[in-house]
Amino acid sequence: MNVLEVTDLRKHYPIHAGLLRREVARVRAVDGVSFHIAEGETLALVGESGCGKTTVSRCILRALAPTSGSIRFDPGQGGTVDLATLPKRALRPLRRHLQMIFQDPYSSLNPRMMVGDIIAEPLKVNGVPAAERNARVLELLDLVQMPAVARTRFPHAFSGGQRQRIGIARALALNPRLVVADEPVSALDVSVQAQIINLMLDLQDRLKLSMLFVAHDLSVVRHVSDRVAVMYVGRIVEVAPTDALYRAPRHPYTETLLAAVPAPDPMRRGRQMKASGEVADPAKPPPGCAFHPRCPYAQDRCRVERPELTEVAPGRWASCHRAQEIELTGVA
Amino acid sequence: MSATAAQDRWAEATQLRLTWWRFRRHRLAVVSLFIIVLFYLVAAFADFLAINDPHATDARRSFIPPQSIHLFDEDGFNPHVYGLRGVRDRQTFQLIYTPDPNRKLPVRLFTRGYTYNLLGLFETDIHLIGIEGGQRTDGIFLLGTDQLGRDLFSRMIVATRVSLSIGLAGVTLSLLLGIILGGVSGLYGGWVDTLIQRVIEVLRSIPTIPLWMGLAAALPNTWSTTQVYFAITIIISLIGWTDLARVVRGRFLSLREEDFVVAAELAGASQGRIIFRHMLPSFASHIIAAVSLALPAMIVSETALSFLGLGLRPPAISWGILLQDAQNIQVLANAPWLLSAAVPVILVILAFNFLGDGLRDAADPYG
Repeated sequence: MNVLEVTDLRKHYPIHAGLLRREVARVRAVDGVSFHIAEGETLALVGESGCGKTTVSRCILRALAPTSGSIRFDPGQGGTVDLATLPKRALRPLRRHLQMIFQDPYSSLNPRMMVGDIIAEPLKVNGVPAAERNARVLELLDLVQMPAVARTRFPHAFSGGQRQRIGIARALALNPRLVVADEPVSALDVSVQAQIINLMLDLQDRLKLSMLFVAHDLSVVRHVSDRVAVMYVGRIVEVAPTDALYRAPRHPYTETLLAAVPAPDPMRRGRQMKASGEVADPAKPPPGCAFHPRCPYAQDRCRVERPELTEVAPGRWASCHRAQEIELTGVA
Repeated sequence: MSATAAQDRWAEATQLRLTWWRFRRHRLAVVSLFIIVLFYLVAAFADFLAINDPHATDARRSFIPPQSIHLFDEDGFNPHVYGLRGVRDRQTFQLIYTPDPNRKLPVRLFTRGYTYNLLGLFETDIHLIGIEGGQRTDGIFLLGTDQLGRDLFSRMIVATRVSLSIGLAGVTLSLLLGIILGGVSGLYGGWVDTLIQRVIEVLRSIPTIPLWMGLAAALPNTWSTTQVYFAITIIISLIGWTDLARVVRGRFLSLREEDFVVAAELAGASQGRIIFRHMLPSFASHIIAAVSLALPAMIVSETALSFLGLGLRPPAISWGILLQDAQNIQVLANAPWLLSAAVPVILVILAFNFLGDGLRDAADPYG
């Protein structure tokens, strides 16, 4: 059963110019993205800065209103709702099932509130009585491996990693059906990243979380995700189970990203792939395959015809004309 | 043990406490705060501190130069002033005052003087200092007298009441307008925001002095001092609110994007809860800092208006009105002490500016 099914999601930003504010162009930040997340599954959404991954996550949480497409969400009460078209008012009772872990642990906690109040905030606004709230806060602090004394302290007393734990506790307070984690570790030191990743693995295990994990590089994703979707300029270019994707990518862009994963063992370092050039401008995407100006395998066809996302092997989808011909390197 | 206790104290310190700790490190701001509190205390107990009736005129004591209190005489500690003898100069027809060593007037604490209303609670005639005995024209004139023989020191003290309170009243009104209009502007955006911002720009583009002149000219002559006082407050805050509205708008705009506000929204919090629980506490300190920087502008505005004769009119007493006497160069040449009314203005403005700076720096202990 799927918790979330996103179909042909688009988010365009019109560019206005001139006296009459006519629309002269559109930034296609997200341009036809489809994916699903099964219950208890973690899907990673990966791509470089500006590829639209954050826009996708904000659309799902309806911090942004999508231009078109559907976002079918199952709140676990029988039946699904389309988050894309739901009016804001009708959205509020659904919020509790959809929670978010933020990227920046410094700005995501209100500095004027005690940690206990921060974690209890979602409980409070959803009408959980005070006694129950206190018990739940203690339980959550324990869950994210924080001491109970943290309750009466303010966020300024904690490090980035500890703050991120508090943010996770807040996201889990209402037992959400789906957690959207927007680059939850990219603002942290590497050593702390590992702790948070381990914590998330542990929580996945214990709570059977369904999660959308947004990240900008493939190194952290490998441990937490069941499947990976790679985005480039507003579109998904490859979706595959994590292991398969790492072993043998089917899209040249995925290969580039994998080559950028730092390898701790220099002997095992493979061929160095460097993505030359800049990420395409989503206001003026190149014709044909958006990746062709940077792709070492590009042919004439790639410059004119846009490849569709097709199933290249069971459970594996890629949008590349040459997916079946070329041999791409993964990591062991 | 004590190190961890200090750490615990820091970890559990609220925003307000952190701000205070940081503010305390700003020496100049702390001194300024002290000066401002002192000034407001003077304003509150103005009549008690005043020595002579600030309204009492006497032609026989006009333009008395500043006089000092002698603390000791041959018998030891015995604070006193000498009685003055005015002699008209035959050539210039000016009154020249010379101390009369035969008339020693003892200075005492808590003497009886003119009757006034203390804090609006009860009538009394006790003053902090005064002289015992003496003639009707005798008195202590620490800063001299003006043309009509009114004691400048007492007038300056009484003037703090109007000058400082008009700033507070003006800022309160500005703040109300600023928070409401700036809040609406920043929170809703769109055409409301555009409209309010254009109105602010238009208001700020009008040269203030002609605008004030026009508005002040529109005040009926028959109005009482109190009515004029409130009218001037409104005129001053008409311009003053624009600054505060911009500060509030900017804060709302930046906070709306802040992750913790988004988090509250995602938790399902209502609009009201987001504004009052999450946004307002976050910029209350900035508002206070903005207010402490807006206050001196208000005080200067009142002083300037009154100085030009557009603001309060005598018999009201404010720093601007006192400085009005110093407009005439002839008068100023003969009685330079009249200019001393500018000193408290400068002192208060500087103190408010330093306090505002200190508050602004301390307002964001996380920045």
